[in-house]
Amino acid sequence: MKLKTLLAAGVVAMSSTAAFAGCAVENSVPLKSLSAGFEAWKAVTDAMGECGNFQASLDQEFREKQPEAFAAKPSLYQIGGVANATMIPLLNAGSIRPLDDLVAKYGQNLTPNQLIKVDGKVMAIAMMVNAQHMMYRSDILADLGIAEPTTWGEVLAAAEKIKAAGVVDYPLGGTFKTGWNLGEEFVNMYLGEGGSFIGEGNMPAINNPQGVAALETMKAMTAYMDPEYLVSDSTYVQQQFQQGKIAMANLWASRAAAMDDEAESQVVGKVVMAAAPNGSAAPASSLWWDGMVFASNMTDEEADAAFQVAMEGIDAEMVSANNDAAVWLIKGYTPGKLAAGAAATAANGAAPYPASGPMGIMHTVLGNGIADYLNGTKDASTTLADIEAAYMTAAKEAGLVK
Amino acid sequence: MKFKTFAAFIGPSVFMMLLFIAFPLVSVFQQSFYITQPIYDLVEVETCTPGFLTQTCVTETQSVPKLDEEGAIITQTEFVGLQSYRNVLELGRAWDAVSSGSWAAFQAIDFWKALRFTLSFTLITLPLVIGAGLAIAVMINSAAKSVRGPVIFISLLPFIITPVIGALAINWLFRGDGILTAAMEWYLQRDIAMFAQAWTIEILMMFYRVWHVAPFAAIVFYAGLQTVNQDSLESAIIDGASRWQRLKYIVIPHLMPLIVFISMIHLMDSYRVFEEIVGFSSQGHVISLQWLTYDFLVPDQAGNRSISRASASAMLTMIGIALLLVPLLRRTWRDHQGGH
Repeated sequence: MKLKTLLAAGVVAMSSTAAFAGCAVENSVPLKSLSAGFEAWKAVTDAMGECGNFQASLDQEFREKQPEAFAAKPSLYQIGGVANATMIPLLNAGSIRPLDDLVAKYGQNLTPNQLIKVDGKVMAIAMMVNAQHMMYRSDILADLGIAEPTTWGEVLAAAEKIKAAGVVDYPLGGTFKTGWNLGEEFVNMYLGEGGSFIGEGNMPAINNPQGVAALETMKAMTAYMDPEYLVSDSTYVQQQFQQGKIAMANLWASRAAAMDDEAESQVVGKVVMAAAPNGSAAPASSLWWDGMVFASNMTDEEADAAFQVAMEGIDAEMVSANNDAAVWLIKGYTPGKLAAGAAATAANGAAPYPASGPMGIMHTVLGNGIADYLNGTKDASTTLADIEAAYMTAAKEAGLVK
Repeated sequence: MKFKTFAAFIGPSVFMMLLFIAFPLVSVFQQSFYITQPIYDLVEVETCTPGFLTQTCVTETQSVPKLDEEGAIITQTEFVGLQSYRNVLELGRAWDAVSSGSWAAFQAIDFWKALRFTLSFTLITLPLVIGAGLAIAVMINSAAKSVRGPVIFISLLPFIITPVIGALAINWLFRGDGILTAAMEWYLQRDIAMFAQAWTIEILMMFYRVWHVAPFAAIVFYAGLQTVNQDSLESAIIDGASRWQRLKYIVIPHLMPLIVFISMIHLMDSYRVFEEIVGFSSQGHVISLQWLTYDFLVPDQAGNRSISRASASAMLTMIGIALLLVPLLRRTWRDHQGGH
């Protein structure tokens, strides 16, 4: 590389840090955070780091570490990054603090939408939402004269036409990897049918017509998917899109930006973000939020400092620099076309992911049990009955069911 | 050697064994008979979460664990006898499936599904590892002295690779349109999906395990080959024994103790098959006993984990290994007695 280019690159890099360095508070208390490690968290923790004395751990295994680390006295981290479900163990253990006074003191720039309230108290500050929604190849659908599908019935009909035309390897992609991903697909479909997971006394409530309908739609999808669907996770589906192998998928909003990444994608500008298709009752998707929590086991001074630094991390300046990294809930965010799918899904009334202790167990047994139905080993109602039995065993062991 | 000197030599090792192996084992054994759970209160809770523009609030009854004054979750531990073992084995369901003669229903139960794969994996790879190991050892032994070093090095390579990495490498070679799948598709002129059904995944796993472990067997056998009595071999050649006959009647009987040794190590290792399941992410089709234990231990998003069932499943795995080793141990014992 020529010296001139190197110098120019250096100047650009320096000026970009200079533009960022505007942290309003000078932080003197040593602070640490533990969160997941995707793009949005990197942007937020980088912005927090500019206030000084701050160290971020971005860790994909954060959910295994967080409960123990926050229960320590004093807590090993002052700030935690959580989502709907991962907040539950911290909340249950009482290791995160109510934030009402801190919000009143330093939270002028927060919108009411960002305040996660449990029993009237603010327990977390949300920064972004994520949801699975429809992504499709506009060029292929336009060529074949297919309108944007809005229900799963229409998606399957469109998949049939695309298969007949033979323009891509597989009409549909899906995050059907056994375990969490497959469980989440069922959760989405079942919410789309209007079902609820847990009944009175934490008893399972999925073995019903809605559950069967959700399973049948999933099975119908597999006919149009890569036959190796049980190993396909979000990254795999994202790559199938980027390499032009699939035409449609219900994929995470946080993956939208990758479709237009010219370094990786062969389909830049061709993938349209649309609302999640409806089941028979509601959009077949669940809304997730990501946000920050603050440890109970730290001094009030530390909490003060941690909250102020966190506010610097999720301010308008950070958002304007990283507008397309996520669907932000923060003031100053201008939803681009990449966010259209998530916004439309929420507007159509998609339910929030029903996070709770029993739901954690339910999600796991769903993720492990559904493959048997898709493989053809069991029929739908046997599958659901077996999943309920597995849930009962685990819930009894956890003490949630007597 | 005086007893005191002997004790001083062996003491630290015994201490470590007790601390790091025996005590944890006793603890796991004990935990498999108890369950520990938080005490829950039922509480009406209103939870508000963000929508894209406005919040959604829901009020529902939730189970919230009780906290003590220190802020720690109150738990109670209860003796449940063999309940966790029953939960893992699901004998009732297994018996129903067996008595109705339905193999599919039997294989729908996690433990028995895992046991079926673990046993077939162990017993099929065993002769393959020994055969391949012996073949490699004979090959090294008959290679010219000048190239023997490099040949040993190359044949040891698969054994050096970290198991998970090796499994992932094979996974990527065959996953989707991986290089080798693409090559097979080109050769056979048909679409192939190696990860779409259980049996192809199982073959890949066994292939990987044999590829990975055979070099270890080979190096042990190669060491054994150095001690074969040359006089017997020479007289066999003079008597007109073929290469195969010499292998069968002189070399293999000589290596028998080593073969038993390798078999024992291999049985113990492959009964705990785990890396293959993770590396090939085959949980949807194939699971193993060790993976089942691991799955019980992994906390879900809400932080629940099944320690008691994990303990029971771990104990069952140990019992399984012990049963598999019985014939080999008996053989070694007989030889040992016969030798004196």
